[in-house]
Amino acid sequence: MGKTISEKILSAHSGVDARAGQIVVAQLDFMMGQDGTSPLAIEAFREMGASRVSDPAKVAMVIDHSAPSPLEGVSRLHALMREFAREQGITFYDIGQGVCHCLIPERGHLSPGDLMVGADSHTCTYGAVNVFATGVGSTDLAAAMMTGKLWFKVPQTIRIILDGALPEGVCSKDLALWLAGKLTADGATYMAIEYEGEAIDEMSVEARFTLSNMAVEMGAKAGLMEADAKALQWMREHGARTLERVESDPDASFVETLEYRVHEVEPMVAKPHTVDNVAPVGELEGIRIDQGVIGTCTNGRVEDLEIAAGILRGRRVNPDVRLVVAPASQRVLLEGMDRGIIRDLVEAGAALVTPGCGPCVGTHNGVPGDGENVISTANRNFKGRMGNPNAFIYLASPATVAASVIEGSITDPRRYLSP
Amino acid sequence: MILRGKTRVFGDHVNTDYIISGRYKFKTLDMRELARHVMEDLRPDFAEEIETGDFIVAGINFGCGSSREQAPLAIKYAGISAVLASSFARIFYRNCINKGLPVVECDTWGIAEGDELEVDLGKGSITNLTQGTNLKAAPLPSVMSAILAEGGLAAYLKNHGSFEL
Repeated sequence: MGKTISEKILSAHSGVDARAGQIVVAQLDFMMGQDGTSPLAIEAFREMGASRVSDPAKVAMVIDHSAPSPLEGVSRLHALMREFAREQGITFYDIGQGVCHCLIPERGHLSPGDLMVGADSHTCTYGAVNVFATGVGSTDLAAAMMTGKLWFKVPQTIRIILDGALPEGVCSKDLALWLAGKLTADGATYMAIEYEGEAIDEMSVEARFTLSNMAVEMGAKAGLMEADAKALQWMREHGARTLERVESDPDASFVETLEYRVHEVEPMVAKPHTVDNVAPVGELEGIRIDQGVIGTCTNGRVEDLEIAAGILRGRRVNPDVRLVVAPASQRVLLEGMDRGIIRDLVEAGAALVTPGCGPCVGTHNGVPGDGENVISTANRNFKGRMGNPNAFIYLASPATVAASVIEGSITDPRRYLSP
Repeated sequence: MILRGKTRVFGDHVNTDYIISGRYKFKTLDMRELARHVMEDLRPDFAEEIETGDFIVAGINFGCGSSREQAPLAIKYAGISAVLASSFARIFYRNCINKGLPVVECDTWGIAEGDELEVDLGKGSITNLTQGTNLKAAPLPSVMSAILAEGGLAAYLKNHGSFEL
């Protein structure tokens, strides 16, 4: 019987005929940690009695969650990471380089068909370029650094076929939220998702990253796509070692195949305090907004900033609203500057912060006040997520955030489409 | 191993931000400090209410959200002996085993706050001493039992040097 993408990648990296449900030990092509998880990984690495990472070329650490450091305690942990990176000769991205999930594919660390783990739950982002990538904790990262391997339960796969084209003004983020609403927060727990169909074919690679990024919001272990010509071209331009794609077989066994026609998807908003608590934007119009956030590993790439700038250009952020913009990487910031996108956003009234996670995880850069409403392009809106349990977080596309910060209330971005 | 204690009951979809907020987790590797804030956004005085050996009992998708290992560690250092839930998010589940915190997947519907439980991890059986009922746990894959038996992944790898299936 045929195999899914997950079964093929895990077979190729374990040397056994890996099938869903089986447990395998597999060789990793890459591994990564960020500043919220790496310090504990370094501690666990030492506890394991390890002294050298098995292959420094396969390891990266990124300071993105609290960058630059807002506190003395954080600075101490950052120093621990810098020292470990120097000692081990691994790749190290210090403050201002960007969010790990933008950097890792952007800087040539991945090729289609790779197996990688990251000590961050949104590591599933790279499924968009045909990489089996999954989030692990710090101790698993330590084990991976020490041995170059990790054990995996081969996941079952849900196949999601997305027919048709997204209407104008509807972004891949809207589709990701819409799917979270359909499948719910644990609808894909322990499973991989394979996304395919015309809607995926039509999307840019950047837009695909947004969709794969949010696979974990449905509990999934990986959010995979096949590598078409567009993905291969993107990988070539971003330094992939090889360009061999992995596709699922026609007779592969899927636990479920879900087929949706996407032409009816509207701009969607996730209401507080769960990601699957979604509604079409029209049902929420008029809800007051105190702060907008554009950025994060979900929607902080050039295309996202461009969508927002397209709406904000020549307009002003409402005087009662703050808009925080965090480009997802230094390259995104530079390209955004070269193309005038950053100027458009700043002239409209945006506060630009360091490339990185921005205010998404509540460590700095825009912690909301009591009773305040935030509309954000991030991927999580849990109570307290942005550092204040008395604030309310709405999740939406860059277009919806841009339109909402102009109006000062949740707004359908299709009102701002150019005629 | 047989554990005995009282239950502390939570609902469905308890995420890692609720278990330990990002406000605290990035600042320190001192897990005793983090343990003082466990579940704070859901139950502000929870850390003080815990008696050593208590169980956390929850519904579906416990531990969803981030990959932060501070979540199982904050629970463990707060004195909780095991977490019982109807289902777990996968990264959290794996992290618990790696950190030596027992996780028990079973039908938790019907377990009430303050019930006295006896959990036999080896047999996968749960006795509710207060209600006089018995429950069966979903079995752990053997690699996970081996890691848990050695107190976590760091000790396991220190002893074995690599994974043994």
